[in-house]
Amino acid sequence: MPLSQPSQVQRSVMSNQQFLTLCLLPLAVFSLAFLALPLVQLTLGAASSEEGWGIYLKILATPRYLATLGQTVVISLLVTVAALLISTTAGLYLSRTRFPGRGMLISILTLPLAFPGVVIGFLIILLGGRQGLVNQLMPGHVVFAYSSLGLFLGYLYFSIPRVLLTVMAAAEKLDPALEEAARTLGAGPLRVLGDVILPGLAPSLIAAGAIAFATAMGAFGTAFTLATNIDVLPMVIYTEFTLAANIAMASALSIVLGLVTWFLLLLARSYSGGTVAAGG
Amino acid sequence: MTLTLTNIGKTFADGTRAVCPTDLSVAEGEILSLLGPSGCGKTTLLRMIAGLECPDSGGQIRFDDSDVTDLPVERRQVGMVFQSYALFPNMSLRANVGYGLRMQKLPRPEIDARVEEVLALCRLEPYAARAVSALSGGQRQRVALARAIAPRPRVLLLDEPLSALDASLREALRDELAELLRRFNITAIFVTHDQTEALAIADRVAVMQAGRIEQIGAPEVLYRQPASRFVAEFVGDAMALEGSRDGEMLCMAAGRLPLPAAAPGLLPYVRAEDIQICADGPLTARVDSVTFLGTHYRIGLGDLGQQPLYCSHQAAVAPQPGAMVRLSIPKQGIMMLPQSQASAR
Amino acid sequence: MRLTRYLPLGVALLAAAFLIVPAILSILAGITANYFRGLSSGLTLRWIFEVWELYAGSIFLSLWIALCCLVVTLLIGVPAAYWLARNPGRMARWLEEFVSLPLSIPGLALALALIQLYGSHLGFRTSWLFILTGHVLYTLPFMVRSVQAVWAGMDLTTLEESAASLGAGPWQRFRDIALPGALPGILAGALTVVTLSIGEFNLTWMLHTPYLKTLPVGLADAYASMRLEIASAYTLIFFVIIVPLLMAMQWASDRARRLTR
Repeated sequence: MPLSQPSQVQRSVMSNQQFLTLCLLPLAVFSLAFLALPLVQLTLGAASSEEGWGIYLKILATPRYLATLGQTVVISLLVTVAALLISTTAGLYLSRTRFPGRGMLISILTLPLAFPGVVIGFLIILLGGRQGLVNQLMPGHVVFAYSSLGLFLGYLYFSIPRVLLTVMAAAEKLDPALEEAARTLGAGPLRVLGDVILPGLAPSLIAAGAIAFATAMGAFGTAFTLATNIDVLPMVIYTEFTLAANIAMASALSIVLGLVTWFLLLLARSYSGGTVAAGG
Repeated sequence: MTLTLTNIGKTFADGTRAVCPTDLSVAEGEILSLLGPSGCGKTTLLRMIAGLECPDSGGQIRFDDSDVTDLPVERRQVGMVFQSYALFPNMSLRANVGYGLRMQKLPRPEIDARVEEVLALCRLEPYAARAVSALSGGQRQRVALARAIAPRPRVLLLDEPLSALDASLREALRDELAELLRRFNITAIFVTHDQTEALAIADRVAVMQAGRIEQIGAPEVLYRQPASRFVAEFVGDAMALEGSRDGEMLCMAAGRLPLPAAAPGLLPYVRAEDIQICADGPLTARVDSVTFLGTHYRIGLGDLGQQPLYCSHQAAVAPQPGAMVRLSIPKQGIMMLPQSQASAR
Repeated sequence: MRLTRYLPLGVALLAAAFLIVPAILSILAGITANYFRGLSSGLTLRWIFEVWELYAGSIFLSLWIALCCLVVTLLIGVPAAYWLARNPGRMARWLEEFVSLPLSIPGLALALALIQLYGSHLGFRTSWLFILTGHVLYTLPFMVRSVQAVWAGMDLTTLEESAASLGAGPWQRFRDIALPGALPGILAGALTVVTLSIGEFNLTWMLHTPYLKTLPVGLADAYASMRLEIASAYTLIFFVIIVPLLMAMQWASDRARRLTR
């Protein structure tokens, strides 16, 4: 009798594992078919031209691509710095001060989080386009929507909410006793800011900066709507693919871009530990 | 139900030995406590009985005559009270208590009747309509207990059932738990690191250390006749007496103390309540500290060896720190115990 | 002292103005008879109706895809999050990292990858399912993480062990204990998925065909080829759909986070 038992028992022990495996199955199939295999294909596609794997060297050897890369990095860096300055100042204030209208202000500052890049591009056109607000208020035809300033403002538009949310979440986790301890030891508000608050926020600021930078690097919709004359990496990838039908180069540039943003967001996650998304 | 463990051991995937192969049997209706410091393997042993951990191969767990070693937890018919109580937050108190009965697919009226019966048994009727989140710690514990016994399990397993409670509540609930367990008349095993809990609730206590059962026995036996130094120190805080031996005498820095036996391989141990301050005692010691604890003074004594000794002093007045006092220790208060733990079984 | 108090408030107000003023402009432009002449030309719903005639199909396609995307991410994401919550460890972290790649790789690159592998399967390439695939790819990590975070914060293991000791099998534990516990996370994840799917442009622009335009693709189309008032009216309709969703999504996410803590 004891011999007949295990087989029946084995089945029921397995069923727990089977159930869990069943849970994973849909994700495994979907990710394999629509994420893993396409990414492999993208990598192979990059090497499909005459240059083969040398296509990555060609990026470095072609002035146009290099200039694009440089411009994308510069504009993303500027956006990152501006977003950090604005959102840290506003975020710190909003997380530690209570006043009427505060909730409204926070809503306004965080709501554009999931606006698509195209819409943000259009909003910049309404600010700085030919029929834009600035052009109407300031006679003399101030049109900046299609310049690098317009692109900068568009990127800033979707970076402010992201950085603000990170800063506010971090500021709420800071132990107020640290600040109070510094005050009892005689530190003034600015000393407290420099000696206690900013060092406490540093990991989150690094994370937020990485998010802002990566998002700006990969932003396509905004640049697409502003139809800007400035070559930024996503636009060059798009034109290489659609106009020049240079699939290998488009793939190679995508891989470079994807690696850069992936690495930056990995860095951001290791500092902040939260969900971090590019897009825009 | 009689529970029998044969050669039950547990080695984790990383190679650590949590429980050395152990034999253990618990009689029908008996309440056994697994007592030991954290990391001694007591919870792992309990989880193996529950079916939440698989024992190493070669072991066997029997409930009466049936081998349940390979049976998954949901088919073992055990009732378990978890340290955190693990009440289902999405269910009402009644739904929590009735969950095990619903899993048995009993008809609705029978479930309702049995739930009411168990609620009454655990004195939970006044709170039955409340949400789980609105219950106090003590009420939660009783709900966890009610939920575990409602399906009439073959054995009730309790993992540190009192440790989530405030210290002030713990003592009252300890006595209540002991009374409820007797009322259920069920084979029960409960894990604790608190010796007073174990002594107060259990019929038998198994003291565990480093994956082994050091000693198993009735609370009185464990306290009065500890089999090893570890058991004596863990149950009732025994202290070692240091000195050289001269036949049946122990030559201490404080004086010469008669021992109950010469027993050269064994070392003498004493508990605080067996050290008496009296004018004609054979030992002299300096009072280092005096702490008033309500029922008695706890007096720290210096100059007696490397470790300080403590004495429970039941009197209206205590000596001043720094004073020299004379001490006596009656022979029946001295326990002669083996030094090494391996030989202590 | 003065400066340290009012400077931050000023920055916050300026930033809020920068974000809200263009949105208000677009709303006004959408209901103004002639934006070039200003509000004095009168208010009208004409542009809204025109947008509806031109783009109702795009709007419904977006809503349909968002709904399908929600169903698929629920079916794939919730069980997967359950697996991750029950098997914490290095394997789960790698898997999560891999599934989250679409968050950190620009949509353009993902779209290129999908087109290169499936572009020649014309039946699939030209169907709305191709767009749906991209949307699921992009939104799935949000669902998985949102649900998994709730489970990670609620001591799922002990609750399930407790249910198992009462006789519940794997499916019953999932249904009775895990799923009800995860509801706040599922709600937050669902709202995030719908919001992001309706607003998704980067992937969709590459994946769409001329006969399959989603709402944001239609927006890009309107921005490029329609008069400002129509573009604005279309943006207004988009705001009406997306802003309540965004607010609900933020409320649900905050709630899920609070409940987990």
